[in-house]
Amino acid sequence: MTETEFVEYLHAGGQVEAGDWMPDEYRARLVKFVQMHGSSELMGVLPEREWILRAPTLKRKLALTAKVQDEVGHAQLIFRVVEDLGKPRERCLAELAAGEARFHNVFHYPTRTWGDVGVIAWLVDAAAIISQKALLKCSYAPYARIMKKICWEESFHILHGRDVVLAMVTGTDEQRELVQEAIDRWWPPLMQFHGTRIPADEDPMLHWRIKTQGNEEARQQFLESYVPQIRELGLSIPDPKLRRRDDGVWEYTEPDWDELRAVVTGHGPRSQERLELRRRFFEQERWVREAVLAA
Amino acid sequence: MTVWEVFRRERKGQPFQHAGSLDAPDAGFAAAWAREQYGRRGESEALWLVPRAAIREVRDFPDALDLAYRRVDGYSLKERLREARERAGTAARDR
Repeated sequence: MTETEFVEYLHAGGQVEAGDWMPDEYRARLVKFVQMHGSSELMGVLPEREWILRAPTLKRKLALTAKVQDEVGHAQLIFRVVEDLGKPRERCLAELAAGEARFHNVFHYPTRTWGDVGVIAWLVDAAAIISQKALLKCSYAPYARIMKKICWEESFHILHGRDVVLAMVTGTDEQRELVQEAIDRWWPPLMQFHGTRIPADEDPMLHWRIKTQGNEEARQQFLESYVPQIRELGLSIPDPKLRRRDDGVWEYTEPDWDELRAVVTGHGPRSQERLELRRRFFEQERWVREAVLAA
Repeated sequence: MTVWEVFRRERKGQPFQHAGSLDAPDAGFAAAWAREQYGRRGESEALWLVPRAAIREVRDFPDALDLAYRRVDGYSLKERLREARERAGTAARDR
């Protein structure tokens, strides 16, 4: 099969299995993308982990612990996919610890209050599930298959987050204010989350059918689903330009792309602190990996 | 470490479907991790764990003699049906 035939095969809806022939560029792009996803799952638990010990009730503590466990499980599944593509998990973990692997912008920010925990589980997971649902149609079949399980679990997380938010907005004024303040802080990173508007015909990820949905399409879907859900709770969104045009397209203030670039290259408010934590655990848990390997 | 392929069944009577893979040093670890990954919320009724190396995959299905009579595309009824209807005088019903 030539590269042209391969691309034609993908564009006709064809999928690729682990042992199949694939062009080097396809493999390289897949590895980079899937590894970033795995790193994000693993780093994504760190902001939430900070609140396990401070959860307001035992039920919330258990739910949050379960979510953290789910996300780490996702990282394991995803790194397994990367491993089959030729890059060992140990190297993915080492690159992450060395600060050489990227992860999603939203995991570089602090979690200041319990309101953040609700907003992250509800809206960050909502933004993520939009991308992940589109990956169910990814041209690389082993990745698409594990996405089924991942999306299923993310839907629990969104419910859990929405439940936390609902409890707070039906609570005291102070609790409601915590949610509003969290949304005010999380909105800009959420608008940056899906990335810049790359035209579909210039997006290599669409060319290789690794992604089937453009960045702007994902953001529009997020706005369409979640702006009404936020507003119906009497919460406001900190963007005066945000409005739905008659043709259904959402207009919004241009996200700060410089901030996005700075944050994902390790210059976010908590980037270094979180990487330090990751390094610490990477070393601290080395004995576990070694014990398992020696089993 | 061995790579294990995981197949899961959602309900009795349904086929096992490939869910993903995991690596584990032995069958005990593989079972423990598969339970965590694919059975924590009652989403699976049973799991099959198969060492990848034990799978014999077949991908080529040679048909050197073109045995079309064994396939649905080996039968083209259209022409014969038209002729049969003409002879039977029921061709009008043929749209």
